[in-house]
Amino acid sequence: MNALLNRALGERRGAIGLAVLAVIIFLIMPLALDIFRLNLVGKYLTYAFAAVGLVMVWGYGGILSLGQGVFFGFGGYCMAMFLKLEASDLASTAHQTTPGIPDFMDWNQVTQLPMIWQPFHSFAFTVFAIIAVPLLISYIISAAMFKRRVGGVYFSIITQAIAAILTILVVGQQGLTGGINGITDLKTLNGWNINTDSAKYLLYFINGALLFGVIMVCNLVLSSKLGRLLLALRDKEDRVRFSGYDVANFKIFIFCMGAVISAIGGAMFTLQVGFMSPSIIGIVPSIEMVIFAAIGGRMSLVGAVYGTLIVNYGKTAFSESFPSLWLLFMGAMFIGVVMVFPNGLAGLYQSYLKDRVALVLSRIKKVKSSDPLKVVKAES
Amino acid sequence: MSEKIALSIEDLTVSFDGFKAVDKLSLYVEKNELRVIIGTNGAGKTTVLDLICGKTRATSGTINLNGTELTRYPEHKIVQLGVGRKFQTPSIYENLTVLENLEISYPEGRGVFGSLTFKRTEQVTQRILEVAETIFLTEFLNTQSGLLSHGQKQWLEIGMLLIQDPELLMLDEPVAGMSVSEREKTADLLNKICQGRSVIVIEHDMEFVKRIAHKVTVLHQGKLLAEGNMESVQNNPKVIEVYLGH
Ligand SMILES: Nc1ncnc2c1ncn2[C@@H]1O[C@H](COP(=O)(O)OP(=O)(O)OP(=O)(O)O)[C@@H](O)[C@H]1O
Ligand SMILES: [Mg+2]
Repeated sequence: MNALLNRALGERRGAIGLAVLAVIIFLIMPLALDIFRLNLVGKYLTYAFAAVGLVMVWGYGGILSLGQGVFFGFGGYCMAMFLKLEASDLASTAHQTTPGIPDFMDWNQVTQLPMIWQPFHSFAFTVFAIIAVPLLISYIISAAMFKRRVGGVYFSIITQAIAAILTILVVGQQGLTGGINGITDLKTLNGWNINTDSAKYLLYFINGALLFGVIMVCNLVLSSKLGRLLLALRDKEDRVRFSGYDVANFKIFIFCMGAVISAIGGAMFTLQVGFMSPSIIGIVPSIEMVIFAAIGGRMSLVGAVYGTLIVNYGKTAFSESFPSLWLLFMGAMFIGVVMVFPNGLAGLYQSYLKDRVALVLSRIKKVKSSDPLKVVKAES
Repeated sequence: MSEKIALSIEDLTVSFDGFKAVDKLSLYVEKNELRVIIGTNGAGKTTVLDLICGKTRATSGTINLNGTELTRYPEHKIVQLGVGRKFQTPSIYENLTVLENLEISYPEGRGVFGSLTFKRTEQVTQRILEVAETIFLTEFLNTQSGLLSHGQKQWLEIGMLLIQDPELLMLDEPVAGMSVSEREKTADLLNKICQGRSVIVIEHDMEFVKRIAHKVTVLHQGKLLAEGNMESVQNNPKVIEVYLGH
């Protein structure tokens, strides 16, 4: 049990990184920021789910997905459908041609709640769907590709195409999805008003806790044999295959995992921001998510969170003053990261700060030296 | 045919856009046998191994290991049926330690969920230590394998196959890049590990072949040119012509 917790925290070094991040997210941010700004940070942290998922999929799995926004969207839309149904009760929609259905449906001459909306009356089903829908879709996509040994750039292009197609579908099916405006005017969750300041505080903390939960699960996966297999796969795929592993299954697993993580972020986005729209799920946001992970360091779960926060802070600050320059600036930043420091902020930390931090730590507690065979025996 | 035959290949042919890299090849390898395949560059030696382990699909012919037809199965299944294969260039996980390389190759927890719950039990550790000793790498267990010498990398890859205890072990040029003393050790290693299984080695170095081969098969342009013990093969006029004419 203790060993499991140790692995989830990423051993001692990982635990320190997590603790620092926890202090920032759970203590410094809430104390330093008003609720409006804190809610904004909460929104950024929902993107951090997608970035953390990309560390798993891209950093460790070696699969560059340019469609993480799709899965973010599935989570977000599932949550939005539930909230929208709750906001569309008979009393508040009495003035509509068809009371009891979401307002945008009424505007689009829909007179009956569509079939796929029906189960979203249930919160339990909604939570299930937030996980199951992206899981199913990501499984179908990745199984179809990886079992056929389609990989690399081709896979990236396909994920991007899926993001484009899905956006077009969502925008086109106005009566079903709310079209380009998305699903808006969300009010309560099981009767709990999510727009009050106190709800926003609570949601911020829930979101943060979920993010930490996700990072810990990722740590568990990475510290298992599967984690080492992923590294091995990126290095020598054929050697892994000819050691008796069905390589496609491991790629499918990691891709699905990234999709589900992204979807959890999407659901939390809807809850904290109060709407879901196609502008969050398309090609541009999907590429932005890759940039968050790249800048944070694509091999660092914690780095991905910092990357997301920093880029989004930059985006907000920068686009207030030079809105049209932001995209260019971000593109330049991405190229800069890839060319100059491919391991992102985490890589910079590793090469410049880690030794100094380690030195300080070793003064606090003397690190024991170990003889190799002892390590083997001690670990078993 | 004797009962001891482990691997039987019959009429094996593969053609790449009309070019037959392996042409109607038949080959039988017994249990406990160490077979060496020689031949000039491009003779089709590596391709034969590719066909056995499923990396390349045969155009026609059969490959049978202890009663199981291998050509039907995907690569990872063929491995699980007992075929281990070392690649021509050392193929190890350079970012992982020697220990981790061996652990990944340990034949347990090969599914997604099996690998998530895989534990390094006492039994696994014992086996890793045992194999590490066989391949002369006990002192390097916690060394990142990318830092090993070329010869040590070759040993490590052999160890990664040994830990799976395969019925058929196939080694593509295992002593390439090795020093003289490393070659000596490898020869002893190979003589030891062919006990209880069949081993196929592809090799160019005739001195080395002499030291290890029970039987030699000579390939030429995808076809079987000669087969027998080292001496008879070396004195075979067809073989002499091919090698000298090259
Ligand atoms: N996938 C492939 N597609 C087309 N041609 C191939 C393929 N694989 C091998 N060949 C050809 O088949 C022939 C046999 O190649 P192979 O690698 O088996 O030779 P080899 O005997 O191992 O030679 P070497 O001693 O140089 O390793 C070569 O002419 C090679 O170009
Ligand atoms: Mg070859």
